[in-house]
Order: sequence, then structure tokens, then C-alpha cells
Amino acid sequence: MPGFLRRRLSSRLDARLEDRDPDFIREALPLLWLLSTFYFRAEVRDLGNVPADGPALLVGNHSGGNMIVDTFIFSLAFSTHFGVERPFHQLAHNLAIAWPLAGGMLRKSGTLSASHEHAEAALAAGAPVLVYPGGDWETHRPSWEGNRVEFAGRKGFVQLALDAGVPIVPVVSIGGQETALFLSRGAGLAQALRLDRLARLKVLPISLALPWGLNVGDFAGHFPLPAKITIEVLPPIDLEREFGPNPDVDEVYQRVTAQMQDALDGLAAERRFPVIG
Amino acid sequence: MRINESTLVAAPTETAWRYLADPENYLRFLSGITHWEVVGDRPNGLGARYRILVRVGAAEVGGLIEMVEWSEPFDIAWHSVTGVDHRGRFRIREEGPGRSRIEYRFAYGVVGGGIAGILAEVAAVLAVRGQMRRSLRQLKRQLEQEQRRLEVERAR
Repeated sequence: MPGFLRRRLSSRLDARLEDRDPDFIREALPLLWLLSTFYFRAEVRDLGNVPADGPALLVGNHSGGNMIVDTFIFSLAFSTHFGVERPFHQLAHNLAIAWPLAGGMLRKSGTLSASHEHAEAALAAGAPVLVYPGGDWETHRPSWEGNRVEFAGRKGFVQLALDAGVPIVPVVSIGGQETALFLSRGAGLAQALRLDRLARLKVLPISLALPWGLNVGDFAGHFPLPAKITIEVLPPIDLEREFGPNPDVDEVYQRVTAQMQDALDGLAAERRFPVIG
Repeated sequence: MRINESTLVAAPTETAWRYLADPENYLRFLSGITHWEVVGDRPNGLGARYRILVRVGAAEVGGLIEMVEWSEPFDIAWHSVTGVDHRGRFRIREEGPGRSRIEYRFAYGVVGGGIAGILAEVAAVLAVRGQMRRSLRQLKRQLEQEQRRLEVERAR
């Protein structure tokens, strides 16, 4: 990547915690509420499992391609439950943060570009942080694998929680993978085009989505189908109490993903039809 | 947006007041409520504060509220301190011997959001009105049950 482009991009990725703007979030809530209530018939359960104050690492399964409607629905639920005054941050892919218009809005919403340092800073400031370890790999999985938690062995979140000394709160959602027909991650295509080196992209997803029809890359997003979204917050996991003073990262990873998969299976069992829910 | 609903209860105003003045009862009759917690030292009365959450559509809305009127045995009114801007009131009036009318008034506003804010405010009316009606039905049932219990106790 040329030097000037790299500098421009890195300045855009220089997320600051204070970019979060509670008034901007408050004013966005009505639109989010309308969409969540009437279009996605969303349901967010057990938000009381998020500790009432202080930091926590919220770990979610990622769905919906680049139109991550479940993230917006969760942000709405969090902001109305705890109030917009409570700091709350999410980590997002660099490309989303660097996007000219959407990037600015994401920053005001408290979104930080995904890095260990940004998450640590937010946790140290006392804010709950929502991360999606599965990232682009998980969010672009085929629709028929929608009920599968796929972190692809990414265990950085466990170390992050251990370093910060905060509990992990699993957040499981279903329905996002029904907002389009996701056909393939296009991992081979991404590798052939060297997207991993150029833009940290391991996938070049292929889907059938509105309004494009055949949608390669999903770079401009898509118009999501009105799939019913259900999100469940699981009880917090205190790592030291449950795994001893020196928790084994692999063991924690296995436990968290297994619990999330169990919960996702439960949510999947409740669904009778795709999209309708 | 302002919504008014009322119900006639076969219980005197004193019984209705005693019931509504006890914060523990709100979880029993308010429909859609998911959280009701006393904040601070004062459990009720003027200046008492509560953290409340009510499910409306896809979100739990609410926040910190403060009692701004406490006129025994007629009126209880509150305003929001944080969260969605709203104010509410329970108005208790005698409606013949041993009977009361309880009016539940609720007014709310969505701050900002442009057209979406206006639409959300209007769209929430049906949900909020439905919850107020269910709350009053539950309140009526519980008050009349409480009144029967008191009468049985007095007769002994």
C-alpha cells in the first residue's frame, strides 16, 4: 500500500474513546427502535446479565455480512437499558471505521477499530466492550451455517479479559444470517487477490442480496431482509473464580464457545421458519 | 404524546392510596415492567427516586424517575431524570361510597431523531396505551382483592 494512503488510513483508524457522543446515540435511538421493533421484530433477552456497572468483555457471534443488524439492535437495547450516559464500545473491522460517512457515525456510536490496545483502553476506562472474535470469517459464513458459532480459533478475547481482569459476558444472536442468502466466504478468492495482506480481509464473500442480486464482497452493504433477530445475553463468566488464578486460555475458549453454541442451539430450536422466525 | 386511561375500583381511596404508595407493589401490577428499584434512602414520598425499565417494542425503556408530587390520598406524580423523557401520574378520586376512580396519565416525548423521532413517538402509542390498560386491569383486580381481605379481617 502506498505510504500516503497508509498514513491517511491509519489517521482514520486512530479511534479515541472520547469520540463517542451520547447525544448522537440518543438521537439515533428512535430510528433504531422503529427498525428493530417493526422491521426485525427484535427481542433482546437477559440484558440484566451485563454487570450493572464497571467494565466487562461482551463476546458475540457475528452475523449478517457487512450489514450487522444484530449489533445495532444490541446497541439500542444496551443504550435504553443502561442509558446512553453509560460508556459502551464495540470493536469493528478497520474498513468499516475508515469508511468516510459511516465511519464517522460509527465512531460517534462508540465503535473502535478492532485492536487489543483499543479494547484494553476502553476496559481500563471502565466501559463494557463488545467484541466479535469470529469477525469477517464468521459474519460471512453461508446462511445454512447460520446457527453455528465460528470463532475460527481466535482466542485473543480470552487473553484480553485476563489482562484486563474483567468478566466475559457471552452475547448470542440469531437471524442475522437470514438477512441475505450468503453463499460462500470466498476465502480462496480473497487469498488469490492478496486481500489479506492489503486490507486484513480473509474473505471475499459471495451472496444473493438486495438490491444487487449477486453480491460479491458486500463492500457497499446490502438491503437486509426483515429477518427476526433474537439476542440472548448469558450470565457473566468470572475467569479467576471459575478457572483458578491462572486460567488456561484454550479451556476458557472451549467453555465460552460451547456455552454460546448451546444457547444458539436453543434459539435455533425456537425458530420455525427462516426470516419469519 | 399524552395518554390517559382510567378504571373504576370497588375500594375506597384510602385502600388505593395505601397500595400505590408502596413501591413494592409496582412490580405486581405495572404491565411490561422489567425492573423497579428504589434508588437512595427514601423508599417513597416526595423526592423518592426509582430506576425503572419497561419493555416497549424491541427495547426496555426507562431510567431514573423522581416523585414530584405526593398528595395523600389523591395524587402521585413523577418525572424522568434520565432516560426517555416522560412524566406520569396516578390520580385517585372518590366515586361514590367505597368506590374510587383511578386515572393513569402518562406523557412522553422522544428527543431529537427528526422524522424518525416523530414516527417512533406515534408508533409507541399503541404499545404504551395497551400496557397502561393492562396495568389498570391488574391494579383493579389487586385492589378489590385487597379490599375483600380487609373486610374479612374487619368482620372477624
